[in-house]
Amino acid sequence: MVLSGAEIVVRCLQEEKVEYVFGYPGGAVLYIYDELFKQEKVRHVLVRHEQGAVHAADGYARSTDRVGVALVTSGPGVTNAVTGIATAYCDSSPVVVISGQVPTAAIGQDAFQEVDTVGITRPCVKHNFLVKDVREIAPTLKKAFYLAKSGRPGPVVVDIPKDVSAKKCEYAYPKSIAMRSYNPVTKGHQGQIRKAVQLLLDAKRPMVYSGGGVILSEAAEALTRLVRSLGCPVTNTLMGLGGYPGTDGQFLGMPGMHGTYEANMAMQYCDVLLAIGARFDDRVIGDPADFARVARKIIHVDIDPSSISKRVKVDVPIVGSVSSVLEDMLKLLDENPQRPDAAALEPWWKQIAEWRGRDCLAYDRDAPVIKPQFVVEKLYEVTGGDAFVTTDVGQHQMWAAQFYKFDKPRHWVTSGGLGTMGFGLPAAMGVRIAHPDAQVACVTGESSIQMCIQELSTCKQYRLPIKIVNLNNRYLGMVRQWQQLFHGNRYAESYMDALPDFARLAEAYGHVGMRIDKPGDVEGALREAFKRRKDLVFLDFQTDQTENVYPMVKGGKGLTDMILSSEDL
Amino acid sequence: MRHVISLLLENEAGALSRVSGLFSARAYNIESLTVAPTEDASMSRMTIITRGSDDVVEQITKQLNKLVEVVKVVDLSESGHLERELMLAKVRAVGKDREEMKRMADIFRGNIIDVTDSSYVVELTGNSGKLDAFLGAIDASLILETVRTGVCGIGRGDRILKI
Repeated sequence: MVLSGAEIVVRCLQEEKVEYVFGYPGGAVLYIYDELFKQEKVRHVLVRHEQGAVHAADGYARSTDRVGVALVTSGPGVTNAVTGIATAYCDSSPVVVISGQVPTAAIGQDAFQEVDTVGITRPCVKHNFLVKDVREIAPTLKKAFYLAKSGRPGPVVVDIPKDVSAKKCEYAYPKSIAMRSYNPVTKGHQGQIRKAVQLLLDAKRPMVYSGGGVILSEAAEALTRLVRSLGCPVTNTLMGLGGYPGTDGQFLGMPGMHGTYEANMAMQYCDVLLAIGARFDDRVIGDPADFARVARKIIHVDIDPSSISKRVKVDVPIVGSVSSVLEDMLKLLDENPQRPDAAALEPWWKQIAEWRGRDCLAYDRDAPVIKPQFVVEKLYEVTGGDAFVTTDVGQHQMWAAQFYKFDKPRHWVTSGGLGTMGFGLPAAMGVRIAHPDAQVACVTGESSIQMCIQELSTCKQYRLPIKIVNLNNRYLGMVRQWQQLFHGNRYAESYMDALPDFARLAEAYGHVGMRIDKPGDVEGALREAFKRRKDLVFLDFQTDQTENVYPMVKGGKGLTDMILSSEDL
Repeated sequence: MRHVISLLLENEAGALSRVSGLFSARAYNIESLTVAPTEDASMSRMTIITRGSDDVVEQITKQLNKLVEVVKVVDLSESGHLERELMLAKVRAVGKDREEMKRMADIFRGNIIDVTDSSYVVELTGNSGKLDAFLGAIDASLILETVRTGVCGIGRGDRILKI
């Protein structure tokens, strides 16, 4: 059948079973919006800023196992989307962004709302396309969805000039796609996997360190089985939280710059480290030279060969999808008569218990002001540990990661790699749209929330009853913490003066706003908020201005060089 | 260490900028880069001369492989290979220099492909060292302009880069 380019775009989205597109119209995408308008299968969510569109699509993707889709116009539509695209790229989130472009004949003429979309987004996408021929729309979109989701996932941008979306051609959606230049490995090398399993069985002090790859690969259940059968401790990175049940005794918490004492010590002093779907990034291992000074065997499982031996030399590299490799490992473990060395594990767990005894996440529970950690703990209790939690970036993000225990994957949605303030609220919209009956909390701070606060309007339009937990300390808290620790208490531009009354601001958008000043009111306010099942509630907690995130590994230091509390300063 | 990396990539608009962008974004060194379509017009072949430690070059090849349009990558310098570069040198050729320049071109097995009453264009192929040697051997004040293609490389014997 002969269809216009715009009709083909919408047909392709239908073929890919896309339920929601997050977007913002403009001149170059008018034909596409016209076609979206004429059908009901693909629903459109109108955001208030294109950054929000991509974050929402990203939140949708992260909380499900599906591809998130955003639609933006040319020029500023695209440049606004770039932060969202880069955020998705850094956290390997499968997002397809369709952008309008000026008509083919106008490209390169400095036309109105023209930017080189492919050029601007090239370094922060898995791949991108400029579609110059209407006949290429269907195969390109097929490729885009395949690329976004397969291998190491990531964002794909498809730039469509306005005239291409208007032109007509015969339409057929390709059934399959083959690309000679793109064939991601899924199955791991069997010999290497065998070696890895043997190392783990022979280990005296085994440790598992898992990351976002476990979540992306839908391998939380397999990881849990592996860790239980090995009887060893496990840590989940910021991106990997929920990959192993956070309430389980074998879980040591998060590693890294603000990881727990026990997780970091175990990372450093284990004799066999299984890194799975994690990439030894600077916020996790600190100084790579210090990390490497301890002799231990490292097994590294990752679908991206370039992640292996990038920052840390490994002994057993395994390229493959996390889920496939884990299943192979479990099978080999089952077949192997050898069991983990119980006699060696006992002193190892004893050592870990000693490290745990430091109680590194302790904070002052009798303080007269609201401690941010206390708010997150109460949020955990009130939601029964079952909420989807999105965050922005900074101290609140670390406290949420430390104090909310995730037992299930895809319930924790945070910008880890890029560290994008402004991510939390739009991401929560995507999460809530994907899970219309779930409790969704956006843990944020007074500075981050203001970076995409316009999305409160979107939340009203689509009746998204997100609970915004604003840990308001009137400071760019993490910046202030670094200034206190490394810049002689000179708080350059980190005090947030002239803050709005957030409760009233929320009310102005048509939501419910609450301001909470006393520790005694925290739990009641949270209960009240979650009782209002239909309302977005903005909880503005006035928290301790001087609280710092501990433990802390200073930038560039070794993992075991931790500041555990203000007493260590 | 100097490495000669050879790759096949889809002959598509923008593929070159993905490669060059990767080098600049990750702060990899790039000494020369040549690219042209192969006998299969849908594919281009590129030769990149880069310098870096083994770790860095391992990352370079992995990152190149990760680019969606890159079909195949090999590090030619891992074993026997040939390198050739083409140079066109326009030199002053008057008086006694005219005969001398002709002799030098012959010694380096170059061809004179353009002649005027005051200049030659010498065409010279070889590895980069040979081209450098030619420029070193002639009087620098006689060099009017030069242009070099950058290195293209191929494996010796059974080492074949093809899909």
